[in-house]
Amino acid sequence: MLRKLTVLAAAVGLAFVATSALAASTREEPVAPSAPWSFDGPFGTYDQAQLQRGYKVYREVCSSCHSMNLVAFRNLGDKGGPFWDPKYKSSVENGYVKAIAKDYQIADIDRDTGDAIKRPGTPADHFVAPFANEAAARASNGGALPPDMSLLARAREGGPDYIYSIVTGYHAPPAGLTVPAGKFYNPYMQGDLSSFWKGDPNKVPPGGFIAMPPPLADGKVSFDDKSPSDLKAEARDVSAFLMWAADPKMEERKQTGLAVMIFLLVFSGLLYASYRTLWRNIDHH
Amino acid sequence: MTAHTTYEPKTAIERWLDTRLPIVRLGAEVLEFPTPKNLNYWWTFGGILSFCLATQIVTGIVLAMHYQAGGASAFLSVEQGIMRDVNYGWLIRGIHANGASMFFIAVYIHMFRGMYYGSYKAPRELLWLLGCVIYLLMMATAFMGYVLPWGQMSFWGAKVITNLLGAFPIIGKPITTLLWGGFAVDDPTLNRFFSLHYLLPFLIAAVVALHIWALHVPGNNNPTGVEVKSKADTVPFHPYYTVKDGFAIGVFLILFAVFIFYEPDALGHADNFIAANPLVTPAHIVPEWYFLPFYAILRAIPDKLSGVIAMFGAIAMLFALPWLNTSKVKSMRYRPTMKIYFLIFVAACCVLGWCGAQLPDDPVIGGLGKTFTLIDSDLNSYVWLSRIATAYYFAYFLLITPILGLRETTSPVPDSISKPVLAGEAAKKD
Amino acid sequence: MAESLADSASNPGHAGDDPSRRDFIHIVAAAAAVGGAAAVAWPLIDQMNPAADTLALASVEFDLSKVELGQEVTIAWRKQPLFIRHRTPKEIAEAVAGDHADLKDPQTDADRVKAGHAEWLILLGSCTHLGCVPLFGQGEYGGWFCPCHGSVYDTSGRIRKGPAPLNLAVPEYAFLNDKTVKIG
Repeated sequence: MLRKLTVLAAAVGLAFVATSALAASTREEPVAPSAPWSFDGPFGTYDQAQLQRGYKVYREVCSSCHSMNLVAFRNLGDKGGPFWDPKYKSSVENGYVKAIAKDYQIADIDRDTGDAIKRPGTPADHFVAPFANEAAARASNGGALPPDMSLLARAREGGPDYIYSIVTGYHAPPAGLTVPAGKFYNPYMQGDLSSFWKGDPNKVPPGGFIAMPPPLADGKVSFDDKSPSDLKAEARDVSAFLMWAADPKMEERKQTGLAVMIFLLVFSGLLYASYRTLWRNIDHH
Repeated sequence: MTAHTTYEPKTAIERWLDTRLPIVRLGAEVLEFPTPKNLNYWWTFGGILSFCLATQIVTGIVLAMHYQAGGASAFLSVEQGIMRDVNYGWLIRGIHANGASMFFIAVYIHMFRGMYYGSYKAPRELLWLLGCVIYLLMMATAFMGYVLPWGQMSFWGAKVITNLLGAFPIIGKPITTLLWGGFAVDDPTLNRFFSLHYLLPFLIAAVVALHIWALHVPGNNNPTGVEVKSKADTVPFHPYYTVKDGFAIGVFLILFAVFIFYEPDALGHADNFIAANPLVTPAHIVPEWYFLPFYAILRAIPDKLSGVIAMFGAIAMLFALPWLNTSKVKSMRYRPTMKIYFLIFVAACCVLGWCGAQLPDDPVIGGLGKTFTLIDSDLNSYVWLSRIATAYYFAYFLLITPILGLRETTSPVPDSISKPVLAGEAAKKD
Repeated sequence: MAESLADSASNPGHAGDDPSRRDFIHIVAAAAAVGGAAAVAWPLIDQMNPAADTLALASVEFDLSKVELGQEVTIAWRKQPLFIRHRTPKEIAEAVAGDHADLKDPQTDADRVKAGHAEWLILLGSCTHLGCVPLFGQGEYGGWFCPCHGSVYDTSGRIRKGPAPLNLAVPEYAFLNDKTVKIG
C-alpha cells in the first residue's frame, strides 16, 4: 500500500511537471544551452561575486533603458543579495547600499515650499526608472517598451537561460529574411517570421525581431575582481543578477524547504507507524 | 443524525452544553462514526480536501491583510508587498497559489474514486450532487482568485472567459456588462472578484458540512460497493481513519512542499509575472491547468455558443450521473468491462487537459506534418484530438454508462465486507 | 473463528501487545503534529509584524541647521508627527526649574535631552491622553497646549495640567554630528 501511494504521488508529481512542461513547449524557439547556474537544484545558492558583477552590468548598461521598479536599494544588502554583509545589522544600514542609493536622485516634494525637487536616494527608495512613464519610454525607443527587469527572469519561459540566449544570440539574419528598420533578428525571440521570409516556406528561420540592439559586447563592462568580461561572461553575470532580482527569496525558500521536507518525511513515517500499529489486528483486506 | 454514540457528558460544563447545544456530542458522534473497515487509500482524499480548504482559507485571509484590489495597486501589492516585503509573504503566497492546484489534484482523484466505486448511486445521490456543487464553487473561486494578482494571464483569462457568456443570445451582452461593471474587464470587475473570492470559500465550507452530513446518513461506501451489514464490518472513525487520513495528508504535504519550495512557478504561467496590459495580448492565453479539459472541449466545437454549451454540458453530465447509471453493481471492482471504459475515460480527461494547453492547429504527431483536412482543420491537429476525446467524454456518460449497465456481465459480488476477508480472498487489488 | 475475529474487529483495543509500547508511537506522532502546527503558526503570526518596507522607513536623518532658535519643526516619522524644537536659553532654564515641581510623570529635563545638546528637544507630537497633536508655544508653561481636552505641557514636554497621564514621549535618537540627528 505504501509503495502504491509513493508510486501514485510520484506519478501525479511527474504528470504535473510534464503537463506544465508541455504547456510551456508551445514555444518552438530553443533556449541556448548554458552551463549550470549556481542556483540550480534544491541546494542551489546565488554566487555573491557573480551578483555583484551582474549588478555592475545592469547599472552601466541596462539601467539606461530598463527600469527595476520593484527592487529597493536596501534589497541589494539583504541576505542572499549582492552586497549583503553580516557586519551590518540590517540592509538599511549597509554602507554599500547607502553609497549606491546616494548616487541616485529621487523625485520628491520640498517640505517647506511644496516644489518638486530631487534629493539623494536612501536605502528605502526603489531603483529610479530611466523614463518618467511608458509613453516617454516608447518615444525614446522607436515605439518599443523596454520591459521592467524586476521580474523579467520569471516572466519568460527559460528564465535566466532565456535572457542569456537573447543577449548572446544576435547574429546576421539569414539571406531571404527582410528585417524591418529599427529591429534586429534574434533566433531566441518569440515570433513568426513566415511573412518576412522569402525562402523555402518549410524552412522559416526560428526566432523573431527584437527592438533592442545587441546590448553587450566583449569588454563593455570591466569588473573590479578582474573576472572575464567577454560577452558570454557579462551575459551570464547579468542573467544571474536578474534571476536574483526576480527571486530574492530563493535561498531562504530552498533552506526552509529542506527543513520542511525532512520534517514531513519523519512525520509521515511516524504517522505510518502509528497507523500500522493501530490496524495491526483488524482484518481489513 | 442517526448515529449512536457511547458519549456521556462527564464534566459539569459538558452536561450544561449537552442540554443546550450538543456540540460535544456531535463531535463524539463524528469521531465514533462506524466506518467500513476495508476503505483503501482512495478514501483518504476527503480528509485531504478538508485540509486543503482550511489551508486555503487561512492563507487567503492572511493574504487579504496585505493585498490591495484595484488595477493600479493589485500587481504591486502582490509582487512587491507580499512577495518581497511582508514577513514570510513569499511563503504564504506560495502556499495559497500552489494550494489551489493541490486542491484540484485532490478533488479530481476524489471524484474519480466516486465514479469508480459507484459512490454516487442510491442512497448517496444527494451526497454526489452536493459534491458537484462544491466542485462548481471551487471552480468559480479559483477563476476569480487567479484574476486578483492582475498579471497578463489574470486579465486576459478573465476577458476571454467572461466574453464567453456574451455568446448567449439576447441575455448574453447584458449579463457580461453586469458581470464586468463596465464595458470591459477593469477595476470594478477586479474589486467584485476580490469580494466574491473571499466569500465563496465560506459557502464551500457550508456545503462541505452538508456533504459530510449527507454522508453520515447512509454511511460511507466502500471498495466492494456492498453496504455495511453489521458492526463487524466497521471500525470507529477515530482513531482508525483519523490516523490513516493523517498519514495520507502527510504524504500529500510532501508533494505540496516540493511545489512550494522547489518549483513554485511550475504550475503557473510566466506571463502572469507581467502586469496586466489591456492593449497587449499574450501570445498564448491559457487557463490554469485544472480548467484545461474544459477549455479543450470549448475550443473543440467551432461555433462559439455551441462550445460554451458543450463546456457547461460537460459539467452537467456529472450532475446527471446517478440517473445515467443503470448497473446493479456499485463498484467497478466487480464490473470488469466497465472498468476498461472508465480507464479510457480517465485517459480522455488527461488528453483533453493536454489538448487545452496546446495551440489548436498545432500537429499532434510532429513529424507527420499535414495530412488531410476534415471540415475545418487538419486531422493531425489538437483540435481533432480534442474532438475525439470530447466525443468519448460525452459518450461515456450518455451511452456507455446507461447501456453497459444493462448489458454487462459482472463478477460475483461478495455478500458482505467481512466475508471476503474471512474467506481469505487475496486478490482484492483494484 | 469467526466470532473471535469479529470480536477483535469491534474490540480493537485488546490486541494482546504491550500497551505502553503501542501508545508511545501515537504520542510521538501527536507530538510531531503539534510541533509542525506550531512551526506553521509562526509565519502566519509574524506576517502581521511590520514588513520590510515599513521597517526601512523606521529611522530618518534630519538636518538641524534648518531650525532657527526658538522655532519648532514638525516632521512625519513612522507616519506620526515629530516635534523638533530649538529651545532658547530661557526655555531651557524654565524646564530645569520645573524638575522638582509636583509632576504627574516625574522626570528631569536632563533625562529628556542628550548631554551637550540641551537646546534640542525632540518629542513625539502625540498627546498622551488620546493622541491629538498639541499646539506649539501655547499654554501657561510656554511648552505646548492640547486643544482637544486641555492638557498643558511645559518647555520640556512634561504634563503639567489636564487629563494627559504621561509626558510627551521622547523617541530613540542620536546625534551623528552637531548638525545631523538620526531618529529611530
